[in-house]
Amino acid sequence: MSKQITVPFGPQHPVLPEPLHLDLVLEDETVVDVIPSIGYVHRGLEKLVEKREYTEYVFIAERICGICSFIHSQTYVQGIEQIMGLEVPERATYLRTIWGEYSRLHSHLLWLGLFADSMGFESVFMNAWRLREHILDDLEATTGGRVIQGVCKVGGVRKDITPEKLDEMLKGLRGMEHELNDLTNVFLNDSSMKHRLRGVGVLKKEDAYVLGAVGPTARGSGLAIDIRSTGYGALGKINFKPVVEYDGDCYARCAVRAKEMFTSIDIIEQCIKKIPDGPVDMKVTGAPDGEYFSRTEQPRGEVIHYIKGNGKKNLVRHRVRTPTFTNIPPLVTLLKGVDLADVPVVVLSIDPCIGCAER
Amino acid sequence: MTYLAKSPWILHYDASSCNGCDIEVLACLTPMYDVERFGILNTGNPKHADIFVITGSINEQNREIVKNLYDQIPRPNVVVAVGICACSGGVFRECYNVSGGIDKVIPVDVYVPGCACRPESIIDGIVTALGILEEKRTKMVLDVDKKEHRHAGLNPDHILSTGGVQ
Repeated sequence: MSKQITVPFGPQHPVLPEPLHLDLVLEDETVVDVIPSIGYVHRGLEKLVEKREYTEYVFIAERICGICSFIHSQTYVQGIEQIMGLEVPERATYLRTIWGEYSRLHSHLLWLGLFADSMGFESVFMNAWRLREHILDDLEATTGGRVIQGVCKVGGVRKDITPEKLDEMLKGLRGMEHELNDLTNVFLNDSSMKHRLRGVGVLKKEDAYVLGAVGPTARGSGLAIDIRSTGYGALGKINFKPVVEYDGDCYARCAVRAKEMFTSIDIIEQCIKKIPDGPVDMKVTGAPDGEYFSRTEQPRGEVIHYIKGNGKKNLVRHRVRTPTFTNIPPLVTLLKGVDLADVPVVVLSIDPCIGCAER
Repeated sequence: MTYLAKSPWILHYDASSCNGCDIEVLACLTPMYDVERFGILNTGNPKHADIFVITGSINEQNREIVKNLYDQIPRPNVVVAVGICACSGGVFRECYNVSGGIDKVIPVDVYVPGCACRPESIIDGIVTALGILEEKRTKMVLDVDKKEHRHAGLNPDHILSTGGVQ
């Protein structure tokens, strides 16, 4: 048996935009064990519920993460609305769904770019981020913010979108589709990409289930887990199928995200066609008294916000379980047996979002 | 400032940011804003960097890492605190694990507020940092020249204030 050595990976590392620390135990060039340690981005924002009123806390909930920001605020306000028994105007739920899918599009494009960059494919990185700017332009035009939107509130949304703008958005997405096709074509059909991704970092279906994988990491291993199927927001009135791949390798996880972008465009199109007229917010009085587990599907998987109130303006407890946090045990499993040079690709294949995971 | 004499390289570290500012820093490098056309590159190695771009606030675990990275960047260097969290702690300033802005640990030259910062303001901050970097370099060269003059037994005050930049 050859000698084992430990190589630290992170927290500051060229491929990671965020600090994640892994101790890689190597035998020659092969990873045999991984010891993750987290906590570099921990802020402790859950405890802020004691200092901020539940309506103000939406802004803090949105800043759990800058990539899935809108969906975090949506999950939080949905929980509050459920406790208080509020019937949110239907138009607001459609708008939330549209913005949620826009966030997913921008997150997946961001990830495809970073993933290409981790393989040294600089031009694809640039192209993915160029396309992402179109999505951000629409988000900014409709909400006022590029990455932190601040448009969700308890009882509805702050801004409405005019029918003309909705049509324009739809045309923009349709116009983007062939460019997205070109981009995903590189990831799915390029021979060097296939060579790098096929059979690397395999997560078996049983492992994915037992270790609690969520989102594209689970769907790449053949588990059709998609919380959007529960029909939160306006998704109950929309037809869509979760994208599932069965190989469980990096290629499968990449393919899930690439194909999901088209599902998102489809969902946005259905929403724009079905969106009813009416108000977008309602007056909210009182304070939440009770507890609720609010679940939604983020770009990285299922997120759970646990909210507990006691009838006062400040909540008693807010707890967030984010997708990256549950995807770390699967990550440790799928890193075992890969080459050291493949580690950046495998780490990025679960789309780690440390800002979420450590809160 | 009308032109850049050097190509400044950037080291980016996420102290405890929510990612919002991080992805905007990366967005600056991509075709829409494209600072690479000015020779500004993002590097992963602190020894290659001139400008330390840091997002998010200081907490107990990353205090040492931020300090280490700063110490490894060759002088002269400039620190740019991007985002309100890096400036003062922002919305998280009252969290139990947030000590405050980056200036609690290392000296900051440029503060770029915003939540999240827009790429335009980040680029503006970097351009301001370039001016400060140039000043620091001139001063450093001048100091070295003075030292050499003193060693040679000459009066250090006789050096022109333009420094040794040829």
